[in-house]
Amino acid sequence: METIYILWLRQIKRYWRSRSRIIGALGQPLLFMVALGFGFGPIYAKAGGGNYIQFLVPGIISQSVLFTALFNGIEVIWDRQFGFLKETLVAPVPRFEIIIGRTLGGATIASLQGLIVFCLALFIGFRPTNWFLLPMMIIIIFLIALAFTALGTAIASTMDDMHGFQLIMNFLVMPLFFLSGALFPLKNLPKVMEIITRVDPLTYGVDGLRATLIGSSQFGLALNFSVLAILCIIFLAIGTWLFSKVQI
Amino acid sequence: MEEKKYPIIYVRDLTKKFGDFVAVDNISFEVRRGEIFAFLGPNGAGKSTTIKMLTTLLIPTDGFIRINSFDPIKEQDEVRKSFGIVFQDQSLDDELTANENMEFHGVLYHVEPNLRRKRIEELLKVVDLWDKKDHLVKTFSGGMKRRLEIARGLIHHPKIFFLDEPTLGLDPQTRNQTWNYVLDLNKKEGVTVFFTTHYMEEAEKIAKWIAVIDHGKIIKTGTAQSLKQDTGSSNLEEAFLKLTGKKIREEEVSPLDRMRLMRKIRHH
Repeated sequence: METIYILWLRQIKRYWRSRSRIIGALGQPLLFMVALGFGFGPIYAKAGGGNYIQFLVPGIISQSVLFTALFNGIEVIWDRQFGFLKETLVAPVPRFEIIIGRTLGGATIASLQGLIVFCLALFIGFRPTNWFLLPMMIIIIFLIALAFTALGTAIASTMDDMHGFQLIMNFLVMPLFFLSGALFPLKNLPKVMEIITRVDPLTYGVDGLRATLIGSSQFGLALNFSVLAILCIIFLAIGTWLFSKVQI
Repeated sequence: MEEKKYPIIYVRDLTKKFGDFVAVDNISFEVRRGEIFAFLGPNGAGKSTTIKMLTTLLIPTDGFIRINSFDPIKEQDEVRKSFGIVFQDQSLDDELTANENMEFHGVLYHVEPNLRRKRIEELLKVVDLWDKKDHLVKTFSGGMKRRLEIARGLIHHPKIFFLDEPTLGLDPQTRNQTWNYVLDLNKKEGVTVFFTTHYMEEAEKIAKWIAVIDHGKIIKTGTAQSLKQDTGSSNLEEAFLKLTGKKIREEEVSPLDRMRLMRKIRHH
């Protein structure tokens, strides 16, 4: 237990000390909210969709959680390159405790990042329809964070260095985001798109956040919650298994 | 007095192959409690690979190892509690302070909080970093980082201290200083020291026993004195030359790098 805690604490300390990184990571979601939100707002309203900012914000929160979570998971590679990983791997503690601590730390950070974006959204005019669902929002955010930190760690465990990083960025992170329904409604999509969006795990995060924040959802909160919870378990299991095979 | 079946480090017929490449080739040696033992050899001789096998990081292809009478394959945790280690490359978290790095280690090794705090203070004082304990490690010089790693490796009162090329990349003055700390701790705490080096003068000055290793084989083991005598040499440099047929050289790749390179070549 103490092992998990100290690894979690390490992640939090590192996050807290890199405040420039925290602020830097807010630029993109803010840009998305302002440019897309206000830019597409009028067309969206004209098409009968209602307020686009209201629709968009849950998607942008998911996006920032996704980015932060995956990159935190992938940080294992940094630890490997800068040697710190060795220090944890020769310690008399089970590897699954190391990975659980790390992943919980990364997930906490990604969740915080999501909450900051939520606060930013309030400033540009976003209003949740039901404030009492806020705890549920936090739970959904944490599940997204946990699933993708675990996925990031799993990927990082199979990589020797940062060379594959760009590949992950272009072929995993961007598609996950753009095909998740973060930017557009899931209704009346072409058949192929419909299938793709339903395979994208982030879809259920976005939809779950919409359910809690603006009270509209494609799949319903229960299904979104279940899918995310199952993904967490699967990714954590894969991550733990791959991490246990890491050799240095 | 507790009775142990084996010397504190006991190795018989140890071999490690990476594919076709034999990194460590059937070596045997032992180290007795409280002694300082050096692996002297050029880069790529199999020194780091041996340390990795002794410290549970690599599974041997063949052979028998006992660390503090435990088996590094079957009793990993017991072995891991028995030793402290300073790796060849830095292994600190730069974004944490010296004290936080020490704390982290103490928690991972289950040293209880009160004892931990006392021990950290004691060790940081030995390596002259106590007044810098709240500074971020990234502000430290190479020598300071090494000292911190030495202190950190001893928090849990290990019986054996492994140092893999601990002075690589340090200037001569800092190297000297670093060894003084290690010698000091060896004397104070009676910790057994096993280190690897390709610096002749370090092996001669620091170690009681020296094993000359090349191409994964131990060529000869003895004291600096006996190595010189047996080869009829006036200094260790000459003894090394006579034993291995060459000067100690700098090789640019480690066996693992060579493996990775071969794998890459095969892929293309």
